[in-house]
Amino acid sequence: MGYPHKPHLKETVVLSQYFGDADMRTYKGWVKRGGYEALAQALKMTPVEVIEVVKESGLRGRGGAGFPTGLKWSFMPKEKKQPHYLCVNADESEPGTFKDREIMRWTPHALLEGTAIAAHAIQAEVAYIYIRGEFTEPWTIMEKALAEANAAGVFGKIKIVLHRGAGAYICGEETALMNSIEGKRGNPRIKPPFPAAAGLFGMPTTINNVETLTAVPHILKKGAAWYKGLCLSNPKSTGTKLFSVCGHVKRPGNYEVTMGFPLKDLLYDMCGGVPAGRTLKACIPGGSSVPILNREETERTLLDYEGCVTAGTMLGSGGVIVFDDSADMVYQIMRLARFYAHESCAQCTQCREGTAWTTKIMERILAGQGKMQDLDLLLDLSENMTGKTICVLSDSCAAPVVSGIKKFKNEFEDYIAGRRKPMMVA
Amino acid sequence: MSVSHAADTEEYRAVFAGKVLEELQTILSRYPTKQAALLPALWVVQRERGWISDRNMAEVADALGITPASVKGVVTFYTMYHQHPVGRNFVQVCTTSPCNICGAEGVVKAFLEQTGAKDAGATSPDGKWTIIEVECLGACGFATPVLINDDFIENVTPDKVADLVKKYR
Repeated sequence: MGYPHKPHLKETVVLSQYFGDADMRTYKGWVKRGGYEALAQALKMTPVEVIEVVKESGLRGRGGAGFPTGLKWSFMPKEKKQPHYLCVNADESEPGTFKDREIMRWTPHALLEGTAIAAHAIQAEVAYIYIRGEFTEPWTIMEKALAEANAAGVFGKIKIVLHRGAGAYICGEETALMNSIEGKRGNPRIKPPFPAAAGLFGMPTTINNVETLTAVPHILKKGAAWYKGLCLSNPKSTGTKLFSVCGHVKRPGNYEVTMGFPLKDLLYDMCGGVPAGRTLKACIPGGSSVPILNREETERTLLDYEGCVTAGTMLGSGGVIVFDDSADMVYQIMRLARFYAHESCAQCTQCREGTAWTTKIMERILAGQGKMQDLDLLLDLSENMTGKTICVLSDSCAAPVVSGIKKFKNEFEDYIAGRRKPMMVA
Repeated sequence: MSVSHAADTEEYRAVFAGKVLEELQTILSRYPTKQAALLPALWVVQRERGWISDRNMAEVADALGITPASVKGVVTFYTMYHQHPVGRNFVQVCTTSPCNICGAEGVVKAFLEQTGAKDAGATSPDGKWTIIEVECLGACGFATPVLINDDFIENVTPDKVADLVKKYR
């Protein structure tokens, strides 16, 4: 539902059904509504059977990459020779995204149940849920829910451990997250080896996003065919997805819709559009790491993995940032570049130098000291930051810069030509 | 930018003793290696002492069988560990794009003005307040989110800051 608002008629409410209902945070409340039945069902199935159901459902990773979940699970060794681990990525830090926070705040047991099912499917004895350090409230709620579920003994042999992050965006990258659990700096690792071969503590590991795992109990209970049927456009994108909408809209919040839903309807119908007297200027549909859309593109985008690619962007994490005509796109893009410069782990030259240099050039333009060549320089720099580093943080910094210069070039030129008053001091 | 930090006035004492040492043992039992207990152990130090000094880093290194340098490397990597004493109320205001366009800069300004902390990152002369700007707190639909110590407060606007400052003073 459109938490913190009432559910909208066009929503398909599955994961967010109980958002706002504090009774669901308790073990009793969750069990009363059929909670932990899917786990009991899964524990009676073989790991391979569980993986087959998830594969058949078409569920894809909700953290950003959209990798098929069942297929990912199937990469784990079938014959267990050493410890297997499951990591749950609750390090939600992508600007614009706040869905996992609500899942943990309102339905902690849904995540715990999905986690236990996944651990069974990949034959992991321990699952680490990595929660970002700033999420103090979700942490307390998860801790209490875990204690209650443990007391009830629902997880059998599976041990679930909560691990608190300490403020580092990069730890949302899967191998950085593993290093962080191991007590190291959150530097992403070179792949291969992939986590299924050598992940956490060097052992076979699977890592999944919070929203992905929360969908799993529903799939087991209602069946793969039901989930597969939740599809409005491309059959490769199935199920429901939570979209966090923020920025210039009347009703920001989390909205759950079927894959393939029009972005236009999400923004204008559910969120009430931009504030009165303003017009929509731009939209970033998948968290700050994906290319920016202009108004025309926004209005024809369908929200699924393929629909976003067709529109020249990506579905990402489903964090929708909306800008109306009052937004200064040059300043906002600089602000995003500054974010990446701040969060770079500094291992790779292209990222360490590139994110900082991009920010400096953007600041120079905003201070009225830019040159027309700066735009080509930014594009050249972005080119050298894309596809050349260990992880995609560098690419993520380049995406808003490249799409921003392409679509809002006049705003950059206004600063450079002195048609707009400098808004920063050099 | 150089900012003034509150002075470290307390004498050094070991953190991991008695009940807190037992807590560390429980933490260690959750992981297959001792080093994996590092992030949680540092959280315990910060909870007990308010910040993490070089002496505390050495103590953690000793307890986990790793080098003080590797502990320092980790402390400096993660932004939430304090390497200096901070004000009794530590205020983190999100100023990343989505909050920026909803007026986050005004919230920072209001906190600085009303607490007497001169600059972002500095501690107020009475030692009660440290205000910092942080990147995305993951609650963009509730702009502007503010963390005061461990309390996560949503939808903060400049006009609500006075009441918050009164409440925590």
